[in-house]
Amino acid sequence: MDFLNAIILLLNYIFVPALAYGSQLALGAIFVTLIYGILRFANFATGDMMSFGTMFTILFTWYFQSLGISLGVLPTALLAIPFAIIFMISYMLLVDKFVFKYYRTNKSPPVQLAMVSIGVMFVTQAVVRIIIGPSDRRFFDGEKFIIKAGEFKEITGLNEGLAIKSTQVITVIVTMVLVSTLFWFLNKTKTGKSMRAYSDNEDLALLSGIDPKKIVMITWIIAGILATIGGALYGLDKSFKPFTYFNNMLPIFAAAIVGGIGNPFGAFLGGYVIAFSEILLTYAYRKFFMYVLPESMEPDSLVQLLSTDYKFAVSFSILVIVLLYRPSGIFKGKVL
Amino acid sequence: MRKNLNVIAAYSIMMGLIILVGIFQSWNIALSIFNLCLISAVMTLGANIQWGYAGLINFGIMGYTALGGLAAVLISVDPVQDAWRAGGFDILTSLLIIIVMIMTIKFVLKRYEKSKIRTYSIAAIIVAGIVIIRITAEPGIEAIEAIDPAKTGFLGGLGLPIVFSWIVGALFAGGLAFVVGKVALGLRADYLAIATLLISEIVIAIIKHEDWLTRGVKNVIGLKRPAPYEVDLQTTDWFINLVEKFNSGKLALISDLADRQATLNQLVIEGSSIFVKLCYSGLFLVVVIILLILTQKALYSPWGRMMRAIRDNEEAANAMGKNVVKQHLLIFVLGSAIVGIAGAMLVTQDGLFTPGSYRPMRYTFLIWVMVIVGGSGNNFGAILGGFAVWFLWIEAAPIALFLINLTTSGLADTHFLKIHLVESVPYFRFLMMGIGLLLIMRYRPKGILPEKIEIK
Repeated sequence: MDFLNAIILLLNYIFVPALAYGSQLALGAIFVTLIYGILRFANFATGDMMSFGTMFTILFTWYFQSLGISLGVLPTALLAIPFAIIFMISYMLLVDKFVFKYYRTNKSPPVQLAMVSIGVMFVTQAVVRIIIGPSDRRFFDGEKFIIKAGEFKEITGLNEGLAIKSTQVITVIVTMVLVSTLFWFLNKTKTGKSMRAYSDNEDLALLSGIDPKKIVMITWIIAGILATIGGALYGLDKSFKPFTYFNNMLPIFAAAIVGGIGNPFGAFLGGYVIAFSEILLTYAYRKFFMYVLPESMEPDSLVQLLSTDYKFAVSFSILVIVLLYRPSGIFKGKVL
Repeated sequence: MRKNLNVIAAYSIMMGLIILVGIFQSWNIALSIFNLCLISAVMTLGANIQWGYAGLINFGIMGYTALGGLAAVLISVDPVQDAWRAGGFDILTSLLIIIVMIMTIKFVLKRYEKSKIRTYSIAAIIVAGIVIIRITAEPGIEAIEAIDPAKTGFLGGLGLPIVFSWIVGALFAGGLAFVVGKVALGLRADYLAIATLLISEIVIAIIKHEDWLTRGVKNVIGLKRPAPYEVDLQTTDWFINLVEKFNSGKLALISDLADRQATLNQLVIEGSSIFVKLCYSGLFLVVVIILLILTQKALYSPWGRMMRAIRDNEEAANAMGKNVVKQHLLIFVLGSAIVGIAGAMLVTQDGLFTPGSYRPMRYTFLIWVMVIVGGSGNNFGAILGGFAVWFLWIEAAPIALFLINLTTSGLADTHFLKIHLVESVPYFRFLMMGIGLLLIMRYRPKGILPEKIEIK
C-alpha cells in the first residue's frame, strides 16, 4: 500500500506535470530546430513568436466567447487555434519577406541572421504588449479536471491523490498527433524529403532541382503551426504572460541543443529531458521516502537536491554540460 | 580634423539633443539621461572589445553587470557582525570545501589519463562536494538569514568607499569571464551566444536566491555614495551662496523678501540634486575617458592588429603562430571586466541593488543594439551608440505619446483605441529599438560610425 502511495505521489507531482511541460517545450524545440536546420540561424525571437501566436488564440477565444460559441467540456481555445495559425503564418511569411529574405539571398553569416532575429524579437514583443498588454491572462474554460485528487482517493482508497488536469491531457494528445504528423510529413512525403535534403546539403539539393523558395515557405508555415500550438498549450496549462514566454525561450533552446540542434526527433526528446530533469532535481522527496523507507529511517530534511528557485538553472547546467562533452547533442544534430 | 568630421558632428548632435531635453523638460532629467548614457557607454565599450575587436558573441552581459553590482554591495555595505558570528564559520568552512573540491578535481585531471573512470570519479567528487556543502552551509545560512531579516539577514560587506567596488566589480566579472571562457569559448558562434545567455541567467538566479550573500529579492538599499547627499547640501552655506550667485538676476526681480527666500529655497532644492548628478557625471566621465584612451591605444597597437587578424581570418592568424585560444580568452576577460565596472557604476548611481531588475532585454540585448547601431569595431561609434540608444530608450515614451496624439487626433479622448494606445506607450520603446536595429542592419550594417582602420 505504501509503495503504491509512493508511486502515485511521484506520478502526481513529477510525471504528469513534467510530461505536459515537456510536450510544450518539445513543440518549441522542434520550431527552433527546423529554423536552425533549414534557414541556418539561431532564432532568438522564438519565445516572442510563440507569444504572438498565443495572443491571436486568446483574441479569437474572446471573440468566440462573446458570440456564445463553446466546445462544452473542452476549452474554446481549441477552436480558436486554427484561426490563430492562419494569422501567425501570414505574420511569419511577412517577416521573412521583409527581414530575413534579404540576408538569405546575400548569404550573410548565421551570426548576422541571429542579430536580425533580435530585432524581430524586439518588434514582436512590442506588438504583443501593445495589443494585449503585459499582464497575466487566463483564457481557459471548460472542464478543468479529468480526475480530481479527492475523487481519486475515494475511488482507490489510497492516501495520495492523483489529479489530472484536462489541459495536461489535451497537451499530450495534441503534441503526439502533431509530432507524428510532422515526422510522417518529413519522412514520407516528397516535400518533406526535399526539406531534409535541403537541410543536409543545400548545394546538392539545389542541383537536383529543389525549389528553395518553396522549402523556406513551408518551413515558416510549419514553424507557425508549431509556435502557435506550443504557445497556446502552454498558455492553457499555465497562463499567458509575454515575459514568461520570452523566458521560455531559454529552456526551449536548451531542449533543442540537448537533442542535437537540427534534429527534430532529438528536439522532441530534448524537451522531455529538460522538463523531467528540471522537476526531478528540484522536487522534495521527503514524503516519498516516508512511504518507502521504514519509520526508523525517515529523513528529517526535505531531501531536495536543489531548491525550486534553481529550476531554470538546472536546464542550463544540463545544456552547458552537453555542449562541453557532446556539442552535437545527444542525438547527432545538423541533419533533419 | 576633416576625416573626423562625422564623429564630431554625430557627438554634437547627441549633446544638442540632451541639452534640448534640459531646456524643454528639465536639467534633472537631462543629467540623469546623460549619466546613464555614460554608464551605457562603458558597457558598450566592453561589448565592443569582444564583438568589434575579436568577433566574440557575448550574450551574458547581464550576468557581468549584476556581478559588478554585487561587488558594489560587498565592498560598501558595513559588515553585519551578528551574522558573521552566527554563520560566518559555516560559510567559511563551505568555502574551504569548495576550494578543496576544485583542487582535488584539478589533481585528478592532471594525474590520470582521460578515461571513463576519470569522468565518473570527477562527477562523483562534484556530487559528494555539493551534498557536503549543503550539509555544512545550511545551518549557517539559516542563522544568517534569521538575523534581523527586515534590515539585514545577510553577511554585509567590507564597509569600504563604494568607488573601490568599480575595480572589484571588474575583477569579479573578469573572474567569471575567465571560467566561462575556459568552458565555452571553443563553441561555434551561435552556440557561444546561447551558452553565455544561459550562464548569465544562472548567475542572476544565484544572486536572486542566495539571500545570505546578496539579500536576494529583498534588495539592498541606501548604499554609500561617492557624492554628497542632497539634504546635506541644502543646509551648507557655500552651496546656498553658490545657488544665490547663479540665480542673482532672477532673484533680484523678486522684491518681496519672504517670496525671495521661498524661491531661493526652491532653487537650492533643485540645485542640490543637479549638483549631485553633476558629481556623478564627473566621476563617470573620468572612467569613460580613461577607458576610451586605453581601448583606442589597444586598437592601434600591434595587439589590436593581431586581434583584427584573428577576427577576420582565424586560420590564417593561427598559421602565423598566434595563439588564438589564449587571445580569445584574454579579450573575453577584458571586455567582461569593463562591463563589470559599468555594473558597479550603475549600482553606485542608483544607490540600491535590486537583483530582480536584471532582465536580459535591458541588460543584454539593449547593449547589443547599442553596439551594432553605433558601429562595432569603432570605440567612438560604440559610445555614440550607447548615448543614442539610451536617449531613445528614455525619450521613446514622450515621442510615442506625441505621435499617438497626432495620429488619433480625430478620435475622441474617450475612444477605446486611443485609451488603449496611450496606456501601452511604454512598450513603444521596444518597437522603436527593434525597427531601429532592423533598419541599421539592413541599410548601414557597419553602424552609424563604421569601423575604419588607418595604418599609423
